[in-house]
Amino acid sequence: MLELKKVCWNLPSGDSILNNIDLKIPSGKMTVVTGPNGGGKTSLAKIIAGLETPSDGSIFLDGEDITKWDITTRAKGGIGYAFQQPVRFKGLRVRDLLNLAAERTLEEREICNVLGQVGLCANDYVDRDVDASLSGGESKRIEIATVLVRKNAKLLVFDEPEAGIDLWSFTSLIEAFERIKNENDKSLLIISHQERILEIADYIVVIANGSVRTYGNREDVLPKLLTEDKARKCPLGKDRQGGNA
Amino acid sequence: MNETTKELLKVVSEIDGTDFGNVAFNIREDGQCAGRQSSKYVKIENKPDGPGLVINISSEAQGEMVYIPACVTHGDVDDLVYNDFYVGDGADVTIVAGCGVHTTDGHDARHNGIHRFFLGKGSHVLYKEKHIGTGSGKGLKKIDPVTDVYLDEDSVLEMDTIQLGGVDSTIRKTTGKLKARAKLIIHERIMTDGDETAQTDFEVSLDGEDSGVDIVSRSVAKGNSYQEYHSTIKGNCRCTGHSECDAILADNGRVNAAPELYAGDLDASLIHEAAIGKIAGEQLIKLQTLGLTEQEAEQKIIDGFLRG
Repeated sequence: MLELKKVCWNLPSGDSILNNIDLKIPSGKMTVVTGPNGGGKTSLAKIIAGLETPSDGSIFLDGEDITKWDITTRAKGGIGYAFQQPVRFKGLRVRDLLNLAAERTLEEREICNVLGQVGLCANDYVDRDVDASLSGGESKRIEIATVLVRKNAKLLVFDEPEAGIDLWSFTSLIEAFERIKNENDKSLLIISHQERILEIADYIVVIANGSVRTYGNREDVLPKLLTEDKARKCPLGKDRQGGNA
Repeated sequence: MNETTKELLKVVSEIDGTDFGNVAFNIREDGQCAGRQSSKYVKIENKPDGPGLVINISSEAQGEMVYIPACVTHGDVDDLVYNDFYVGDGADVTIVAGCGVHTTDGHDARHNGIHRFFLGKGSHVLYKEKHIGTGSGKGLKKIDPVTDVYLDEDSVLEMDTIQLGGVDSTIRKTTGKLKARAKLIIHERIMTDGDETAQTDFEVSLDGEDSGVDIVSRSVAKGNSYQEYHSTIKGNCRCTGHSECDAILADNGRVNAAPELYAGDLDASLIHEAAIGKIAGEQLIKLQTLGLTEQEAEQKIIDGFLRG
């Protein structure tokens, strides 16, 4: 279980981004964080993965205080993080990145399996560079695959995994999330505005203005969110009539 | 052949100098011939007018390998060699011509290979060249290759060159003249560290209709090292030319990239790109989220960049 206790994060200017976040991400469950743009969701993910250091408060992973752990230590400790904006590398192939993520040399069938989970055919991608020759959607799917392949991870964090992904690949991704959900030793933390992801969550957290506005079971939270959304009180992201991904 | 040569050969030529089978080769050690063999379709002979070789590759050579490595294994050697490659029409060969320089004393070790390639019509050559400097001596390790290529119609020359490190100073000069539909593809990678310097100059003249050149140089400058990249592509007719210089800087490394294009024809299509900078922070962070330390991440990024 991951637990955040009164976590705050301020910009160097002093502006508050996260304010007294108290949150529990239970093991073997899927927690989805949603809320309006600019509310602090990505900042929360970065704080958990160690990309940013809290200004105040503490973070615990399975009871151990990891607040001062750096990015590498947190990764080795079992936290996987898929970036919202995929990173590109000249000269690193898809195969290389997946092997680094898995911390071993993967067999072809294993690469095929993990790329298949994000809707990619391994034969077409495994030896391609993770560079600008890939489209945004392809890069995003490979980014997600680098986290799915981390077998030792206890907590998998995905920041807006739906962004830039086509409908068919998104269906594969939903199936992958549901599979992980059923692996009781792993926790999923997904930043998302996507209703289909919210619908398979165990818990939903709404973050707005840097604070936890709502936290609870999906059955309790989602109906209210959708009602509020229709009333334009709390947009779940982009305009629903606009057909968010 | 001494032990140092054997070790260098493993690195620069992927061979150890003991078993070549029927493959053509010439091993140069400290300015002398340490072994030679011709094959049925590849004849290697001494140059009649000075140090070096004449390598005649007949049109019947298809898929053949040719090894022409050179090693300098101690200081106070200034090796200069002229090798001419004549490739018959339609031949298809891979030429491996790595170079290692090694010194453990206070004297300089230098190899200066001047290679000329004459490719016949429709021939194809893959030219692979690895350079490395080894040894702890204070003498400088220098490699200064000059490569002049003459490509006849429809011929293709692919040059894959890499400087692995340890070379204190290198000046590489490459010129090319291309006839109709000939293609020159150059993929260069250079790593410098400490106080090393590397200068690389390309000058390619596209003289035949639909000829083309693609030059990609990737380099990493670490420590206090300094690199210069110059390329000149002259499009004298309907042709395509592309020059790309990507450089990663680390520590106090410096790079000067100066690509130059000349279009002498309305249908010459020429592009140059140059990008110099340190490793992007987000790249380091991404690999750290996979469990690598910052140092491990940097090395992986550099290794991939130079391999790609």
